Amino acid sequence: MIPIGWTLALSAVLFCIGVVGVLVRRNALVIFMSIELMLNAANLAFVAFARQMNSLDGQVFVFFVMTVAAAEVAVGLAIIVNVFRLRETVFVDEINLLKG
Amino acid sequence: MNALMDNQVFQVALWAAVKLVIILGIMLGVVTYLIYAERKICGHIQHRTGPNRVGPLGLLQTPLDVVKLLVKEEFTPAGANKILFHVAPILAAFPAIATFSVIPMGPPPTFVVTDINVGILLFLAMSSLGVYAIVLGGWSSNNKYALLGGLRSSAQMISYELAMGLSIIPVLMRSGTMSLVGIVEHQAGTYRPFESLPIALPNWGIFHWYLWLPFVIFLITMFAETNRAPFDLPEAEGELVAGFHTEYSSMKWAMFFLGEYMNMIVISSICVTLFFGGYLGPGPASLGLLWYLVKLFALLFFFIWVRWTFPRLRYDQLMNFGWKVLLPGAIANIVIATAWLWWRANA
Amino acid sequence: MVPGLFVGFGVLLVATAVMVILHRNPVTSALFLVLSFCSLAGIYLLLQAEFLGMVQIIVYAGAIMVLFLFVIMYLNLQHDVETGAQIAVRRGIGWMVGALLLLFGALLVHRGWAPGPVTPAPAEPAVGNAVAIGRVLYSRFLFPFEITSVLLLVAMVGAIVLAKSRTAPNDSEAA
Repeated sequence: MIPIGWTLALSAVLFCIGVVGVLVRRNALVIFMSIELMLNAANLAFVAFARQMNSLDGQVFVFFVMTVAAAEVAVGLAIIVNVFRLRETVFVDEINLLKG
Repeated sequence: MNALMDNQVFQVALWAAVKLVIILGIMLGVVTYLIYAERKICGHIQHRTGPNRVGPLGLLQTPLDVVKLLVKEEFTPAGANKILFHVAPILAAFPAIATFSVIPMGPPPTFVVTDINVGILLFLAMSSLGVYAIVLGGWSSNNKYALLGGLRSSAQMISYELAMGLSIIPVLMRSGTMSLVGIVEHQAGTYRPFESLPIALPNWGIFHWYLWLPFVIFLITMFAETNRAPFDLPEAEGELVAGFHTEYSSMKWAMFFLGEYMNMIVISSICVTLFFGGYLGPGPASLGLLWYLVKLFALLFFFIWVRWTFPRLRYDQLMNFGWKVLLPGAIANIVIATAWLWWRANA
Repeated sequence: MVPGLFVGFGVLLVATAVMVILHRNPVTSALFLVLSFCSLAGIYLLLQAEFLGMVQIIVYAGAIMVLFLFVIMYLNLQHDVETGAQIAVRRGIGWMVGALLLLFGALLVHRGWAPGPVTPAPAEPAVGNAVAIGRVLYSRFLFPFEITSVLLLVAMVGAIVLAKSRTAPNDSEAA
C-alpha cells in the first residue's frame, strides 16, 4: 500500500537531519538527540524492509536497536552530567582540555 | 460526498468517532459525580455528612463548582514558560481519554470503539505519556515547590510503571493475547478450582491463585500511577503547597483535576478488564454494560475508601517500596506463573 | 487513505525533526523530539508493525525522553548562544555535508540499487504482530535477547556509578 520508496526517502531525510544536528549544534544534549534521530531513521528503514520482504527479522532488529538506544542514552546522559559537574558547561567545543 | 460515505474505512472511522464522543460524554458525567461521591464518602468516613446544601442532597455541588472555576480569574505566574504552562493541563487529560478507545464496556462490536490487538500496550503507552503533563506543569511554573513536586511525582510514576507492566504479564500469559476484548473473552465461562469438589467459580482472573499477587501489585501501582491515596506526597497540601499544580488556577487546575479522575476511571477499567472479567456477568449478554459499570464503581469506591483510610507514604519509603519490593515481587511472580502454566499444559 | 495518512505523519515527522535541530532552547528541542517519536509510531502502525509502534511510544517517548528532560531540568540549561565567525563557518560546513548526504541518499533511492536478491519471503498466515515477533524473538533470537538483558544491567550499573555524587575520596572507598 505504501510504496517502499517513500518510506526509504523519509528515512534518508530523517537521517540527514540527524547528521546536520550533530555537526551544527554545540549543546551536547542536542547532539545526543540528533543521534537518536539517526537511530530512528535506521529503525524506519528496517521496518520498511521487514514489510517488503515479509520477514520479521527487521522488526526484531528494531526491538534490539531500541533497547541498545535506551542503554546508550542512560550511560551517555550520566557522562554528560559528570562533565557538567567538572567543567560547568555542556558545549562540546568548550570541553577541550586535552586539545594539543 | 456519496463516494466518501460509501468508503468502508471512512464508515468505520466515523462510527468509532461517534462512539468515542458518547463515551467521553458519559465519562465526564461519571467524573462529575465521582467528585461528589468522593466528598460524600469522605464525609461519612470522617463521621460527618458531606455536601448537602447545594441542591437536593448536595447533588448540584460539582456542576456549580465547575461554574465557579470557570469564572475565577486566570493568571500566569511571572517568568513562566507560557506555551508549556498552557499545554501541560491538556496533556494531563488526553492520555486517559485516549485509552477509552480500547476498553471494552460491553460485548463487542457495539460497545468497543476499536479493538486493536495490542490494546494493553496502548494503555501502558498512554500512562507513560501521562508523566509529561506533570513534569512540564511543574517545570513551567517557575516555582520551586512546583518543580520539586513535579519531579518527585514523575519519578514515582515511572518507577511504579515498571511493576505495573510486569504484573500484567501473567494475565497475558494466561490469555495468550494482548487485545483487551480477547482477554475478557478468555474469562468467559466457569472454572472448577478443585476437580474433586463440585465448586464452580466464574473464570475471571481474580479466581486463579497465580493471579492473586499480580492483582495486589497492580492494585498498589494503580494508586501510585494516579498520584492518589497513600502515594500522593507530590501533591499533598501540607508538604509541598500543592505540588506541581501550585501555580494553576481556575480552568487549568480543573483540567489537572479532571485528568486525575479520568486516570482513576481508566485504570480501574483496565483492572476490571484484566482481573474481574470486564463486561461478563450472569444474565443475557446485553447486560454487559451494566456489569462493567457495577464493577467499575466498586473499584472506584475502593479507591476513595483507601484514600481516606491510610496515611501518606514518605517519599523515600515510596521509592524503596516500588523498586525493592514490588519489582522483585512482580518478576518472581512471572517465574511462578510461567512454571504453573507450563506444568498445567504439559503435565 | 493510508497513503494520505502516511504523507501527513511523514510531514509532521520531518517538520518536528527540523525543529529539534533548529530551536535554541533544549527543552523545546526535547519536546519536539517527543512529537517526532509519536509521529514515527504512527508510521509504524501504518506499516503494520503495531507492536513496534506501541513499544516506540513506551520506550522512546515515554522513558528515554523523560530521562532527557530530567537531565535538562537538572542542569538548568538556558537558551543556547551561538555567535562568532568560527561557529558560523562550522555551521555552514555542517549544512553542506547534510545536503551532500541527502543528495547521495536521493540518488540511491532513485536508482533503486540493491546489493542482493530482492525476492520477498513467502507470505505467512496472518497472526498479530506481537504474536509473530514473540515466536521469532524467543526461538531464533533467544541469545541476543538474553545478552540484551546483560547489556541493560551493565548500563544501569554504569549510569548509577557515573552519576553518583562524590562526597570525599575516603567516603567512596569505605562504601
